[in-house]
Amino acid sequence: MGLLSKKDAALIKDPLADNNPITIQVLGICSALAITAELEASIVMSISVLFVLGIGNVVISLMRNIIPSKIRIIVQLIVVATLVIIVDLVLKAFAYELSKTLSVFVGLIITNCIIMGRFEAFALGNGPWRSFLDGIGNALGYAVILIIVGFFRELLGSGTLLGIPVLGDPIEKTGLYALGYENNGFMLLSPMALIVVGIIIWVQRTRNKTLIED
Amino acid sequence: MLEHLELFFKSIFIDNMVFATFLGMCSYLAVSKKVSTAVGLGAAVIFVLAITVPLNWLLDQYILQPGALSWMGPEYADYDLSFLSFIMFIATIATMVQLVEIVVEKFSPSLYNSLGIFLPLIAVNCAILGGSLFMQSREIETLGLATTYGVGSGIGWFLAILAIAAIREKIRYSNVPPALRGLGITFIITGLMAIGFMSFGGMLTGGDEETKEDTTVEVQVTPTDDNTELANNTKIEE
Repeated sequence: MGLLSKKDAALIKDPLADNNPITIQVLGICSALAITAELEASIVMSISVLFVLGIGNVVISLMRNIIPSKIRIIVQLIVVATLVIIVDLVLKAFAYELSKTLSVFVGLIITNCIIMGRFEAFALGNGPWRSFLDGIGNALGYAVILIIVGFFRELLGSGTLLGIPVLGDPIEKTGLYALGYENNGFMLLSPMALIVVGIIIWVQRTRNKTLIED
Repeated sequence: MLEHLELFFKSIFIDNMVFATFLGMCSYLAVSKKVSTAVGLGAAVIFVLAITVPLNWLLDQYILQPGALSWMGPEYADYDLSFLSFIMFIATIATMVQLVEIVVEKFSPSLYNSLGIFLPLIAVNCAILGGSLFMQSREIETLGLATTYGVGSGIGWFLAILAIAAIREKIRYSNVPPALRGLGITFIITGLMAIGFMSFGGMLTGGDEETKEDTTVEVQVTPTDDNTELANNTKIEE
């Protein structure tokens, strides 16, 4: 970390574990759960949020001294909405099938609480470079959870990763399926996303007792 | 009339905002510690959804859709402004929330005292924007149906937050493993409740099929639907 001072490095490292936006700050749950049935969708969603949060934090941070505090929510919404439209159009142009899978959830990045939360809590009070690092850090923390959930749901639910079968062929009974393994179709249904996140929280708080709520 | 009822119950139970599409989870988790605050936020959500969904339906129908501008004259007929829908919807929602706040404060101070603090929260609640975006992607046909959809999904969200708040009030006296206390157990309970709500899935398809065919809500592309299909496919393959 020669490039970054210790304080700046902490901005990126903290959200990855002990100050994770999803499991600790409880921000951005909505989109995190709905699209994680496939790993690919989770990754694309993470990249979209990384882009929106990184750039958005810088823009808000640059404007922080000229935004009147009464209308700051509307200003923030407009900044996010513009960035999200860019993401949406790029997805529609280069990954049309995927943008159909994500459906309205790309649009819902606008009201993803992570973004508003970081604008309010960090970008309004800090310079552009630090805000950029904070945005990247939080988006990566979000991405970690999304990718873990997506990984398990796709692996256990349909036996594939990124669409490539890794456990053998369920119809011709090769690989693990020859031993009598079955895909758990239930993992693909939405309630399981909640339960997987619940288990991640459980594991994380068992390892780090200071995070336990009373 | 029948299609209104059908859409109403479908949006409350089958496509429940929280349990089927996870919309509004952030405030759902943050404001569900006490039943009384949950009721306040839930009522505000119903109120705002009932106003913004029909309003955004009008915007979508007369400004944003491909060809929607033809009422201004034939030369505008091939304009497609749908890429602007995110920014238009969110701007409508933010202004409406502000307007509702001012009006309620003026005419009903008691209502303002109970709803007031929740209204600013609602502008950034995914359930509100989600309601408008689903209304758009499911191609709801008339203004009346859009209103029904808004009210129905608001009530669905209200039910969900009321239920979880009641459960969380009780669970405080239970012996939950320390690491699961608070957020963890709430997630798992919500998951179990969502499994429960899945049993409403067959509610509207149990009877005769031909009345189902002409409803607009059939053309939805939510991820959950794909998932159910996938799950069914795997079952058939077995």
